[in-house]
Amino acid sequence: MPVVPDARGHYGPFGGRYVAETLVPPLEELTLAWEKAWADPAFRAEYEDLLANYVGRPSRLYFAKRLSETVGARIWLKREDLNHTGAHKINNCIGQILLAKRMGKTRIIAETGAGQHGVATATACALFDLPCVVYMGAEDTERQRLNVARMRLMGAEVRPVHSGTATLKDAMNEALRDWVTNVGDTFYCIGSVAGPHPYPVMVRELQACIGIEAKAQLEDAGVGLPDAIVACVGGGSNAMGIFHAFRDELGVKLIGVEAAGKGIESGEHASSIAGDQVGVLHGQKTYLLQDEHGQVQPAWSISAGLDYPGVGPEHAYFHKTGRAQYISVTDQEALDATQLLSRLEGIVPALETAHAIAALPRIVQFTGPDADILVNLSGRGDKDTETLMRELKL
Amino acid sequence: MNRLDEIFASEATALVTYLCAGDPSVDESLPLFQALADAGADVLEIGVPFSDPGADGPAIQRSAERALAAGATLEKVLEMTGKIQGDSAKVLFGYLNPFLSYGYERLAARCVEVGIHGLLVVDCPPEEEPELRAALDAHNIHPILLIAPTTPDDRIAALGPSAGGFAYYVSMTGVTGAAFQGGQALVDRIARVRKLAGLPVAVGFGIATPEDAASVASGADGVVVGSALVRIVEANGAEAAAELSKLTSALKAAI
Repeated sequence: MPVVPDARGHYGPFGGRYVAETLVPPLEELTLAWEKAWADPAFRAEYEDLLANYVGRPSRLYFAKRLSETVGARIWLKREDLNHTGAHKINNCIGQILLAKRMGKTRIIAETGAGQHGVATATACALFDLPCVVYMGAEDTERQRLNVARMRLMGAEVRPVHSGTATLKDAMNEALRDWVTNVGDTFYCIGSVAGPHPYPVMVRELQACIGIEAKAQLEDAGVGLPDAIVACVGGGSNAMGIFHAFRDELGVKLIGVEAAGKGIESGEHASSIAGDQVGVLHGQKTYLLQDEHGQVQPAWSISAGLDYPGVGPEHAYFHKTGRAQYISVTDQEALDATQLLSRLEGIVPALETAHAIAALPRIVQFTGPDADILVNLSGRGDKDTETLMRELKL
Repeated sequence: MNRLDEIFASEATALVTYLCAGDPSVDESLPLFQALADAGADVLEIGVPFSDPGADGPAIQRSAERALAAGATLEKVLEMTGKIQGDSAKVLFGYLNPFLSYGYERLAARCVEVGIHGLLVVDCPPEEEPELRAALDAHNIHPILLIAPTTPDDRIAALGPSAGGFAYYVSMTGVTGAAFQGGQALVDRIARVRKLAGLPVAVGFGIATPEDAASVASGADGVVVGSALVRIVEANGAEAAAELSKLTSALKAAI
């Protein structure tokens, strides 16, 4: 596989830096600062110390015996749900906030969908004593009230966004508007492998610890390389985080699971790769849900974290080149998988993560039973309790 | 010769006006653009509504939402533009995705047919989309260059030769429609941008009143007014022509 991105952030025909001129020089400054920091052993040491002692890394690799028996292959769960704050998002936030400090930025902004990235940003900001503003679609502040309270508890200001569809994409528009206005002192902490260069590559590198650890853990377990790796994809940070260490191991199948919402044919879904239309939004060229006039279409998923009409440009590249395959799972299948994992393993996954679990029976059909499948258990489900109570009548 | 070059070759400061096309509807926005042209706007910026206008403040966001809700599309906006009478130059102004979806060659050819002289794409820096630039060049449509307060001198100098018509200088870091911050520093900066880019400079973002316009007109080759006009459409809908005409005349007199 060729190394991506190129110097200007292109992943083949995807990625780039499609932003208003005001943000081009700050993104260039950010790119240089990031490259310098990531090459600096002192920065890496501070980041890794926090990952170990604050986040609790390495996260465990757990062989899910009962789930394995049920789906008919050997299933290994990478337990990102056990991280501090309950998801993989914190890995990235620790790195970006350290970078913000190093760049002398005094104010942090972020967008959030499910609230996990918002919580992780608020957490890192509390740790480093930085003021934090989180933009969140008004609809998501309702769906994810628990996370709104957590962010406020840690001193972050949560600003509900009412414009557009009042979900993640609109929160990102509003964060970009804030950044373009306050670009001198403000650091924009993006939560996915999405947005203008250098965000997709920076977030990939800050999440790559997931795959690096899993590779070593599978080796130690005597498995060696897995046959397949499965992760859910909204913007795609947990998937890229676990895929990256295996990208050149071409025998390892990489499978991303998008949200099919109420079904692809219903039009109410968040499967931008399945939609197969290339477009430009939020600084990147990628697969984008849009109408025939180039207007962005609202996404739908029961999980707020997958409810995004685009996908990170490296996933678009992996799809185009065939390095990874992308499949879709409906809201109902995700709900069923949430119950399945809860009852079989005593692990309540986030609704986002449940999409990866739900895909396993289909994946086993082509790997066969004698396969080791690594699943990124990207987050825990506590935040979804209200949705689960409503949908499952608990 | 491209009409934009004729306008900016003149000694007078050009008045550049923006409206989002299709608000309150495509048919009803034609007389509104006509009112701007008849009242003396030298350049009409024809805003193409987009679902996610990330560089715009609330006034233009709402205008775009109204236009899309009323069924505006890029093709309908182009048709409407072709019906505007008079000798104002016209710049199509929007976000990349509707243009990408329409097709660059098709777009450039249609621009010629409907009398559009320049294209300004908010979220497409000159480094991206060489195919768009090639299509515009082939049809003598000027790619309009945006310069921001954050743009370093060497970048302005490097980008200038690739653009045409005029450079649009964004007066402040922020979104459209914020409060104007003029002053001598801005006038000095405009002069510097003109020299570095080798292009006439129109200044915009936040200019709302004849007083704002007058304060920068002496130093600039053009003055851009957008959100203030869009707010008139928001308040008056299809009946906005008279008020638009009044503000445009006052702006024209002030520069």
